[in-house]
Amino acid sequence: MTQMSVPWRPRGKAKFDGPAGMVAGGAKTVFAIFAPFVRAFPGAIMLSAVFGTIVAVWAHYLLFEVVDIALIGSTFNIPANTGLLGGPLTVEEARSALTQIGAPAAGFLCYLLYPVQYGLVRDLVAAGGILGFISVIPLYTIWWERKVAGRIQSRTGPMRVGGWHGWSQSMADGIKLICKEDLCPAGADKPLFKLAPYLAFVPAILAFFALPFGTYWVFRQLDVALVFILAMLGIEVLGVIIAGWASNNKWSVYGAMREACQMVSYEIPMGMALLIPIMCVGTLSLTTIGDTQSGGWTSWIVFRSPFTFAAALVYYIASLASCKRAPFDLPESESELVAGFHTEYSGFRWSLFFFAEYAAMFVVSGLLVILFFGAWYSPLPLLWADGLGESLPARAVKGVLFAGPIWFIAKCVFLLYVQIWLRWTLPRIRIDQVLYACIQVLLPLMMLILLGHTFYELLVPVGGVVWTLFNLILSTIGAVLMIGMLFVATYGCWNRVRLVGNLGRELLPGS
Amino acid sequence: MADTLLESQPDLMLDIDKSEQGDVRTEEMLVNMGPQHPATHGVLRVVLRTDGELVLEAVPHIGYLHRCAEKIGENLQPYQYIPYTDRMDYLAGMNNNQAFAIAIERLAGIEVPERAKYIRVIFAELNRIASHLVALGTYGLDMGAFTPFLYMFREREMILDLFESTCGARLTYSYINVGGVHDDFPDRFLDVLEEFLDYFEPKIEEYNQLLSYNHIFVKRTANVGVISPDDAVRWALTGPVLRGSGINWDLRKSTPYEIYDRFDFDIPIGLPGGSERIPRSVVVGDCWNRYFVRLVEMEQSCRIIRQAMKQIPEGKILANKLKNLKLPNDEVYVEIENPRGQLGFYIRGDGSAIPSRVKARGPSFCNISVLNHIGKGCLLADIPAIVGSIDIVMGECDR
Repeated sequence: MTQMSVPWRPRGKAKFDGPAGMVAGGAKTVFAIFAPFVRAFPGAIMLSAVFGTIVAVWAHYLLFEVVDIALIGSTFNIPANTGLLGGPLTVEEARSALTQIGAPAAGFLCYLLYPVQYGLVRDLVAAGGILGFISVIPLYTIWWERKVAGRIQSRTGPMRVGGWHGWSQSMADGIKLICKEDLCPAGADKPLFKLAPYLAFVPAILAFFALPFGTYWVFRQLDVALVFILAMLGIEVLGVIIAGWASNNKWSVYGAMREACQMVSYEIPMGMALLIPIMCVGTLSLTTIGDTQSGGWTSWIVFRSPFTFAAALVYYIASLASCKRAPFDLPESESELVAGFHTEYSGFRWSLFFFAEYAAMFVVSGLLVILFFGAWYSPLPLLWADGLGESLPARAVKGVLFAGPIWFIAKCVFLLYVQIWLRWTLPRIRIDQVLYACIQVLLPLMMLILLGHTFYELLVPVGGVVWTLFNLILSTIGAVLMIGMLFVATYGCWNRVRLVGNLGRELLPGS
Repeated sequence: MADTLLESQPDLMLDIDKSEQGDVRTEEMLVNMGPQHPATHGVLRVVLRTDGELVLEAVPHIGYLHRCAEKIGENLQPYQYIPYTDRMDYLAGMNNNQAFAIAIERLAGIEVPERAKYIRVIFAELNRIASHLVALGTYGLDMGAFTPFLYMFREREMILDLFESTCGARLTYSYINVGGVHDDFPDRFLDVLEEFLDYFEPKIEEYNQLLSYNHIFVKRTANVGVISPDDAVRWALTGPVLRGSGINWDLRKSTPYEIYDRFDFDIPIGLPGGSERIPRSVVVGDCWNRYFVRLVEMEQSCRIIRQAMKQIPEGKILANKLKNLKLPNDEVYVEIENPRGQLGFYIRGDGSAIPSRVKARGPSFCNISVLNHIGKGCLLADIPAIVGSIDIVMGECDR
């Protein structure tokens, strides 16, 4: 019998002594140093890490504000370094050099030598923060997804790594993935195969650069932030399609084609659903749209009219399809296409796809929160915070109670939880049913909603009787849904021993 | 060819008329589904000829798990062969043991004690429940629903605990032996069994809510892979696949072996949509009906076990004079109702202790043959649905 053809052959020994080995070694050392402490106080470390991050970001923000005020209203000259151009530069000189059209090179140099490097430093810190945030989101969303899935399925999920409920399981997985060999199938289109994960990952980061976490908490305040984010999510699809095509695997091609089919069907209702809040506010700037919802629960756009309510639902369904979550996970459906578009990927490149997917999950949830669910504002009206003043503690209280990134992240995390919940409850839809649902059901529905909303905005005066009535009814429905869910969750948690039955009790997680 | 096949499934709403594709050149693709594929339940290999997502042909290739099980049977004494039957349909070891044991007993004229017969029925029905739990759970998995799978495995685990308490094994039991069973129940076994049944029966309703009547699940399985009653008979299908096509044929009822004529139970069959407990879009013989027949069979198995628990007498569990068992110069063919269909053993003795011929008729082997017939003209995602609803175990298919 002739030797069977193997799609790929390992080329030499797997290299673990390069950067990957160093990363692994460093991680091991760090873990060895910190492991006893982590084991001793896991919960305290988790909480302090969360609050420490928030405080650190807050402090940065204050620092920049102070610097900003000092620079703009500066009556004194900040002494600068003695630069290559010779002689100390003042702020004014640097500014004028920056604005000189005839000397771009000098302007660039001046920018580098700028006394406090305000803009550059701010951008670097913010970019670093966003990258860190994007790295942390998938790690903890994956861990959390596994815990939630475990509870749904009467298991415990990861319990070992890190000591407290396996909180560092994802980090261990990540280190393992980095250490794995970087495989490329022999028949694959190598440049495209290696490019595809980055094409999926980079847009997901870029989308964060325009996503505001608060009124001033945004890397670049774009006037077309919404369009920019949608474009970035669109490019991510390209990475998936290229990955499927370049793998030289029939299942991957199926995954890629499904992704393409799915994209053309969900993008249209999704885009139309996003038009509704734009029509309400009249801008594409996410910061402005968010700031119009500062008046508490009833001012959220989702409760503005029956049409915005329906549009939010349509957007949520379409957003599930956009980040390939169940029941729309056809491009990577395990039982049909092995692993779909990432069948041939392994190690770090594979983990990039996961990072991109979870980052995209956060972005689409963030869009939903900003456009419909009150952005970074709490259900309490911001007006109530006016009496608190502008001192530092007052601002902290304001941030916790009324507005701030904490609220934004909390709402996003809740929507992530709903995505996880749906994934572990629902079966998968077939591809023709996805197309049918998106094109034959959601699209006409969305057109009707768009038309209805146009007439509603035209004919029903804002603040009139009809408007207020609908607003109140919808707000009440939303509140009842929310409280009902909390009640059911509490009831289930309280009676968790009784509900599973006599024999199942010993199989209960944590028993 | 594909056009005519699509007529049997008009609700696919796919237009593959070549003339309407204009200048776009399309090519058919051959895809190997298996032997390493998450949805082929072991080592089944299905060669698919596809046009995009449309499957034009689905040819099952078997034999990756062939272990000469029949030939081994011609070199061993019957009691030595019992462990090999476990490894055929490894999800229903008790039933396989039982089939072979009954065949040998009929051939050699061994009378099985009453208590052993009841123990056999209880364990065969428990194993039927366990096997169906795996079938239904993995079927949900094929549809992308992960959670029902773990719920069903949770309950299956309890059944395995019951088996373990009696025979010490959790998967390959070799418990039902020629002439009876090899161990009696431990203390309090029937109490624990009763407790399990009280726990288990309400769970079936939970599966219904979670999976059976789930809108997406019904959409995925209703009117998919329809086997007409004629086809079901022509392709020699048996078990839930046959009954899902609306044919009332169950060996426990039609030709009762052992003591099944003493129990009162129903044979669930596939029903048209709109009947009691059946969603409207379902047709007789589709994947949903095959799935649901298994679910109802679990309820009926519980009924049988409850009756057997009431009737079970005290007494011996193994027949006498089993040493130096000589098989007469005769032949026998016995079929019993396995969870997957009719498992038959043909055995010919030649006066010695070792049978001169052992032949098994496996339900999975016969049932999988219909795959190409019903898999034509469906979508790629329907192939796991159809394979899962036929519920094959490759160990028994390849033997």
